[in-house]
Amino acid sequence: MLEAWSDNRVSRWALWAFAALVLTFLMLPTLVVVPLSFSASDLLEFPPREFSLRWYEAFFGSPTWMAALRTSLTLGVLTALIAVPAATLACIGMNRLGGRSAGTVYGTLLVPSVTPGILLAIGLFFVLAKLGLVGTLPGVLAGHAMLAIPVAVLVLYPAVNRFDWAQVQAARSLGAGWFRAFGGILLPQLRFSLLTAGLMAFLTSLDESVISIFVASGDSSTLPKLMFLSLRDQIDPTIAAISTLWTLLVAIIVLVLTLVQSRNGP
Amino acid sequence: MTAYPASDPALIADAARERRFFLSLSVPALVIVGLSAVLPILWILRQSFLNIGGDATLANWSKILNSGLTWSAMQTTFLLSGSTLVICVILGTPLALALASTTPRKANLLMIFLLLPLWTSILVRTYGWLVLLRREGLINGALQGIGLTSEPMPLVYNTTGVLVGMVHYMLPLYVLPVYAAMRDIDGSVVRAAASMGATLGQAIRTVILPLARGGIVSGSIIVFVYTLGFFITPAVLGGGKVNPIAIRIERTIGAFQDWGGASVLGMLLLLTVALVGAMVLALRRVAGVRHA
Amino acid sequence: MTPVPITFEAVRKSFGAYLALDNVSLAVAAGEFLTLLGPSGSGKTTLLMALAGFVRPDAGHIRLGERDITRLAPNLRDIGIVFQNYALFPHMTVRGNVEYPLRLRKTAADEMRQRVEAALDRVQLGHLADRDIAALSGGQRQRVALARAIVYEPRVMLMDEPLSALDKNLRESMQYEIRRLHDALGVTTIYVTHDQREALTMSDRIAVMDKGRIQQIDAPQAIYHRPATRFVAEFMGEANILPAAALRHSPGAGPKVGSVVIRAESFHLSPEGLGDAAVALDGRLVAKAFRGENWLLTVMTAAGQEVAMSIPATRAAGCADLAEGAVVAAFAAAGTVHPLAEVATP
Repeated sequence: MLEAWSDNRVSRWALWAFAALVLTFLMLPTLVVVPLSFSASDLLEFPPREFSLRWYEAFFGSPTWMAALRTSLTLGVLTALIAVPAATLACIGMNRLGGRSAGTVYGTLLVPSVTPGILLAIGLFFVLAKLGLVGTLPGVLAGHAMLAIPVAVLVLYPAVNRFDWAQVQAARSLGAGWFRAFGGILLPQLRFSLLTAGLMAFLTSLDESVISIFVASGDSSTLPKLMFLSLRDQIDPTIAAISTLWTLLVAIIVLVLTLVQSRNGP
Repeated sequence: MTAYPASDPALIADAARERRFFLSLSVPALVIVGLSAVLPILWILRQSFLNIGGDATLANWSKILNSGLTWSAMQTTFLLSGSTLVICVILGTPLALALASTTPRKANLLMIFLLLPLWTSILVRTYGWLVLLRREGLINGALQGIGLTSEPMPLVYNTTGVLVGMVHYMLPLYVLPVYAAMRDIDGSVVRAAASMGATLGQAIRTVILPLARGGIVSGSIIVFVYTLGFFITPAVLGGGKVNPIAIRIERTIGAFQDWGGASVLGMLLLLTVALVGAMVLALRRVAGVRHA
Repeated sequence: MTPVPITFEAVRKSFGAYLALDNVSLAVAAGEFLTLLGPSGSGKTTLLMALAGFVRPDAGHIRLGERDITRLAPNLRDIGIVFQNYALFPHMTVRGNVEYPLRLRKTAADEMRQRVEAALDRVQLGHLADRDIAALSGGQRQRVALARAIVYEPRVMLMDEPLSALDKNLRESMQYEIRRLHDALGVTTIYVTHDQREALTMSDRIAVMDKGRIQQIDAPQAIYHRPATRFVAEFMGEANILPAAALRHSPGAGPKVGSVVIRAESFHLSPEGLGDAAVALDGRLVAKAFRGENWLLTVMTAAGQEVAMSIPATRAAGCADLAEGAVVAAFAAAGTVHPLAEVATP
């Protein structure tokens, strides 16, 4: 777009230098934590003088952290398993309904993503308290699923709308009922979007902190909740280890998705 | 000639049945969101009008609205959100421009630097900033090491730290819509500007930014509205000294067990978000009319 | 498979304030090839989709043979459809696509293979059975869509402008093939197009539609030579609609009142060979264009009306020399002058 001014070295370099600085700013906290996690000392010195895996051992060896990790991973998978089918069905329904009804459904499903998290957290706490579900896994799961559904809808709705519905009509003209047509014709062609939605639902749940802080406790405590409590109290280098592992996980997921997108075409 | 009926009732019933079928597909998602989000919000509204005994009262509202802490919290909230927005625009717009002016392939690669922090847990990012910004942290260490400062600067557990955290969190969410809008700009329009004698700066000011306005506005709205309700960042990086509304809500519950008061504050936050949203829509409509 | 007749009775459909089908009634004979012809927005595709079951009428009935299928779900109607964009399943091979309806009917594997091969042979795609859809050309995809629609021997075939995406030569050869396929299978077929030449070539009968109504149903020659309304006349080709009074009639050549339609190619520059009953038209030349196989002359009558005349090259001696403003005397055989009965609009 700016090829016309490619002679203007100074400006181009200035722009790119600025961009590089900003990108560095963005990556800084994530990157800085990695070497720290391998430091033998607990003084958070940089660069670390001695290398050690003690913080990883502290993480994997701690029953509390491991319980929280198990809880978070379980919640993540369950969230994806609940949110993606619910969102897919809703997107199909909205696409076929059209008009104001679809708009109303869409608006309602997006409420969790425009409402401040703290509101949802205390509100959910109230409701769960009445039902005696505070501190239980289903209670936290409800909150995570609720947050993941709009994320999945935002991924799946454009894909469902882009789809060539004449194929569904063709399948029906050939004898397929609605569910066969959706299952055999629509879903296979949505698989990249379904995968993306699933991964994003998983990450949404894994990262979710505000609701977990208020609603989860004890056995249902999630990894982010424990990290939050720990951060408020002191700066435990174990968190550096957790952060590095987390970054690794996200990097893998982002890579997978980038590969999937490029295979799928623009 | 026979008179035809206005519409066949059996066919109308069939059409209605089909609509109900498609509506029912949305039920699972609607139930989850309804019970876990809509119902809780309504509950908070109700709770704000109840006292501890469960009777209706306006005492919660009058207490909170009359409290100086409430209004200083509102002030802090708006200052934080406004400052975050300004910094994001300053940092993010040139970045978006740089990304939009390379090939899509290179841009996608560079986007990884944007997406990685976006999907990293907020707690991981906040921890990273703590490590960097502490008195004994990396940035102070580097500054003292180079000799720029002789004493550690207070970069965290204050507004500065919170701002850094907020900007860092929201920047990718700002850049993405701006980038998308700039990508959509027809290259031949920019080339036309160049052919007519525009310098790079003039082209950016008079052609690119106006054409990217939609993305800039979207990004700005996202940044401002999201940051209104921020909790984790001020909680961890604020050191107890930076108290936007979300922190006040937590304090009201945690320190005082005042669910009624917390509900009022929650409603205030919701109203603020709704008001800002409504203002944005109204401005958009006005701007739209002017361009009709 | 015995072919079935199709009956539309007073079918009405609106989309909001827009009336797409205005009490349309139509009877299609068993085994007939009927074309719905009209401009976009005429309702032809809506009528087809109502028969297919994807558009639910507001009122009226649709019957296949004796059976009223108006409320029947589309997947139970046993109709074969070729869609405009083919609607092939991209995640299956050619074989996968053509097998699909047989799989749904739980056909045994051997029989399925046989029938798929037979269907692909019919459309001359036998050698491409295991190709991916993405690897096929437009014409090949067209044939796969055809094969898929016939493999389960439906009682009725519907085609929604299936050739519109193909280039001219391919389109013409496919017209011939589709008609041949119809004759071989004997299945009742409704074909939708906006191309009048296509309709004339392929159909047993043509139903010309406009604004949600059928303007005329007739065999192609009748539609072309004896259009019932101004719309049909103008839609089928270059039609000149003149007041009968503008013509000079030889004895016995009528009509002498009302409007008449004379097609551009009916005009001759000399009365020779036209027989005793002929009409004559005088005017001045406004424009002429050489089109290779004919000359197109635009002649203005004394009343100021422009008349298009298409003179084939074999009879066009002297056309090249005609100057603008020259007097032109044209003749037409009485049989090619058709009175136009305007259908009153209720």
